[in-house]
Amino acid sequence: MTTADYDQASLPDLLPLYYRRLFPFSQYHRWLNYGGVTKNYFQNREFSFTLKDDIYVRYQSFSTQNELEKEMQKMNPYKIDIGAVYSHRPNQHNTVKSGSFQALEKELVFDIDMTDYDDVRSCCSGADICPKCWTLMTIAIRILDRALRDDFGFRHCLWVYSGRRGVHCWVCDEAARKLSVAARSAVAEYLSLVKGGDETVRKVVLSDPIHPFITESLTVVENYFSQYALLGQDILGSKEAVDKVLALLPEDILFLCATFHMIFGVHSVASLLAKHALMKTAFFNQMTAKKGHYFEMEIMLQYCYPRLDVNVSKGVNHLLKSPFSVHPKTGRISVPIDLRELDRFDPFEVPTISLICEELDQPKTEEEQDDNMENENKKEAGERRKMRDYKRTSLAKYVKLFDNFLEEMAHSRKGEVLKNSGECNLNP
Amino acid sequence: MQFYSRRKKLIGNSQTEQLYGHCLQFYGQPPIENISLSEFETFAVDRLKLLKTVENLGVSYVKTSELYTKKLDAEFSNLNFPYKIEADDWKPQTGPSEYEKRRKDHISHFILRLAYCQTEDLRRWFIQQEIDLFRYRFNDLPSKNIGQFLQYNNLHYHTISIDEKKKLMDKLVTSSFAVSGSTVDGKDFYKVPFQDALDLVRTRKVYLNGGYVYIPHQDIVTIVLNDFRTRLSKALALTARSLPAVQSDERLQPLLNHLSHAYVGQDYSIQKSIGKISLEQIDPLSAKSYPLCMRQLHRGLRDSHHLRHGGRMQYGLFLKGIGLTLDQALQFWRSEFVKGKVDADKFDKAYAYSIRHMFGKEGKRTDYTPYSCMKVILSNPPSQGDQHGCPFRHSDPELLKQKLQSYKVSPSGISQILELVKGMHYQLACQKYFELTHSIEDSGFSLNHPNQYFMESQKLLGGPGAGVKVEVKREDNPEVAAEITEDLDSFFQDA
Repeated sequence: MTTADYDQASLPDLLPLYYRRLFPFSQYHRWLNYGGVTKNYFQNREFSFTLKDDIYVRYQSFSTQNELEKEMQKMNPYKIDIGAVYSHRPNQHNTVKSGSFQALEKELVFDIDMTDYDDVRSCCSGADICPKCWTLMTIAIRILDRALRDDFGFRHCLWVYSGRRGVHCWVCDEAARKLSVAARSAVAEYLSLVKGGDETVRKVVLSDPIHPFITESLTVVENYFSQYALLGQDILGSKEAVDKVLALLPEDILFLCATFHMIFGVHSVASLLAKHALMKTAFFNQMTAKKGHYFEMEIMLQYCYPRLDVNVSKGVNHLLKSPFSVHPKTGRISVPIDLRELDRFDPFEVPTISLICEELDQPKTEEEQDDNMENENKKEAGERRKMRDYKRTSLAKYVKLFDNFLEEMAHSRKGEVLKNSGECNLNP
Repeated sequence: MQFYSRRKKLIGNSQTEQLYGHCLQFYGQPPIENISLSEFETFAVDRLKLLKTVENLGVSYVKTSELYTKKLDAEFSNLNFPYKIEADDWKPQTGPSEYEKRRKDHISHFILRLAYCQTEDLRRWFIQQEIDLFRYRFNDLPSKNIGQFLQYNNLHYHTISIDEKKKLMDKLVTSSFAVSGSTVDGKDFYKVPFQDALDLVRTRKVYLNGGYVYIPHQDIVTIVLNDFRTRLSKALALTARSLPAVQSDERLQPLLNHLSHAYVGQDYSIQKSIGKISLEQIDPLSAKSYPLCMRQLHRGLRDSHHLRHGGRMQYGLFLKGIGLTLDQALQFWRSEFVKGKVDADKFDKAYAYSIRHMFGKEGKRTDYTPYSCMKVILSNPPSQGDQHGCPFRHSDPELLKQKLQSYKVSPSGISQILELVKGMHYQLACQKYFELTHSIEDSGFSLNHPNQYFMESQKLLGGPGAGVKVEVKREDNPEVAAEITEDLDSFFQDA
């Protein structure tokens, strides 16, 4: 599969096709409607669109799935953001008495961006990514997903590729959607271990006792560390790189390392081993015993632990890029990530809008012709065609993933209803 | 609202005894009795002094340290507020009785709610100090009284079984500094939904599993604090809505207004030096009169021709505070960003909007005020790629040292500053920086705002940014107001 030569200039031609025949509106609406449990939940949701020529419009809202479809097909937005569920319809916010228009609920979200790791990755910088540094995202997802599930008890986390250089997480549990600003901020802080800006050298500082959360996260990091950091990023491979690592060590350890540095030189594997051996000698351990040997852990965490932007997670009204929207610079669709196949996820294999539009023109395969027969009885021809269309493209498996996610949520909701009604419908 | 019921009759003794049965309270019920105008004033001013002390001590000392406790104890005793539960003598030898102290505590809290409910900033300040105050007093309660307090206020948190404790033993011990194996065995652990224990979650001081935190009995204070904060926040919002009725009482209005202004101090949103600074003066001013945080931001902007959001807000509002007009600000930012990766068009589309927003010309047209030191130090810490924040708080000490060296601060001066930073006295460190860079012994002011630093510096150097002190207008009942104002002013001389 290739990216089918995406060119930003062709977006005006591709977007109408995408929104008419490929965007999964029915699933999208099913998601944001959340089973219709709360009145007007979908109607009071804010969307924002970025149109051609960087025109940005906020406070868009829609009464039905149909209205959403028609508007999107009319405007052909370059970017779609999802905001909060407000107290009133966002598109009528000007008519509401000042102060009464409030953001009430929203999914708990996280944004992991590769540029935040620029100080610790040597392969790329800025908006670039490559298979080597992508491992950082894999590590981030593993650590955060585990914590959100096990520690916080959240069950419905949707992980989405942002389309260029990172991933987003949408935590859709009811409890998550109802969290206050303070609560979101607390969750984000709990999950933060790497702190400090350009002025801070040592960004991870551990002390007794080591919380179970840190232990769990370290386990994940250790799984990936040799392959990712020592080999892939080659963090001990040059004097410059080694110096960066050494800068993270406390002063007395540094002194010891400097001595060994002189004896063993820099570029050889021997030095790598020597440093490792150094850490293990009794002499060394005695010297460090007083301070606590956390610097190894701190170094690993500084190089690998997820860096999240607390401000994105804190605000109830914060707008975040929508799943299934297109990234204008790369053409890639923001698709859900399958956690069961996480290690195999390749951002460069994610379909672009040009690819899937091209695939639409392919002749039908036999398999699809059988499908057609099945669906003959359902609805009119237009609908039928729409239901089949994305299935013919590389987008299909991602929509299926999304479907599974929605099924699970629906299942949970049913469980809640049964629990609350006090009935226990055991089959006789 | 509460104060209409001031006109009700005085309640009999037995009921009030019940009301003040505990020295600590959540302030759930407003007072319903008559009081004189002078008692009203005295109570309010005393509590205000107490809260101000709480604020100052909170910045200068660690809140659980002995020094902090001793100083706050002294203030309590001076101002006649209840603080020791054993002081159950309802009829002491000298001074006010415990009952009277508790009554004062109760009434003064509600008076201050009136003064501090009006704006977001005032509310935030009031809640912060009341919480610190509550925490200090709660920590003083012996444990049996804690149980009593919890029960009295309907906080039902469930304890976990012995079996569960055994299962979770390891996790409980490693999650909390103060918890050992014997603690787990001997004490009760409560299972609390994480939303009720945000402070413990945020700092990872407790075991969290499946959305519940497991708290040892002694840490229940944080939970209680959260509850207190929520209740107070809601109450203030309600109070704000009923305020117009109270403000129509001419006796109260001048007092309430003065109370809230005296507290938050100057906010630098109105400045007499507006338009007196030209853009060419900014570079030299940044070296002479900027506090370190702004100097860093300015440097960062000049070097990379860009600043991230946090930096743009902190610096942009500061510039507004020193007197830049909107047009000057737009010119300043545009000329810098254009040298970087942003072309003029993109600047106008993406960044100009937010600058106009800062000046109150967009959106809900709030005229945002420049950040105080407290705000810079306590909120929105910088992360990778950011330049904002307080260098004394957020920079690595080594890097801070290097920076001070490059700014030609003497070695002895640098070590003094680093000592203060180590003791977490960030504003004092900045004040020392002021003294060293202006070659004076004593700055003569207590630093709590970057724009204050700038103005004081300009005053010293005789520069254009010195500005004039802002007067608060008194429109109604000038005589009463003047009298009250004079009295109050004398209370706040220490600044």
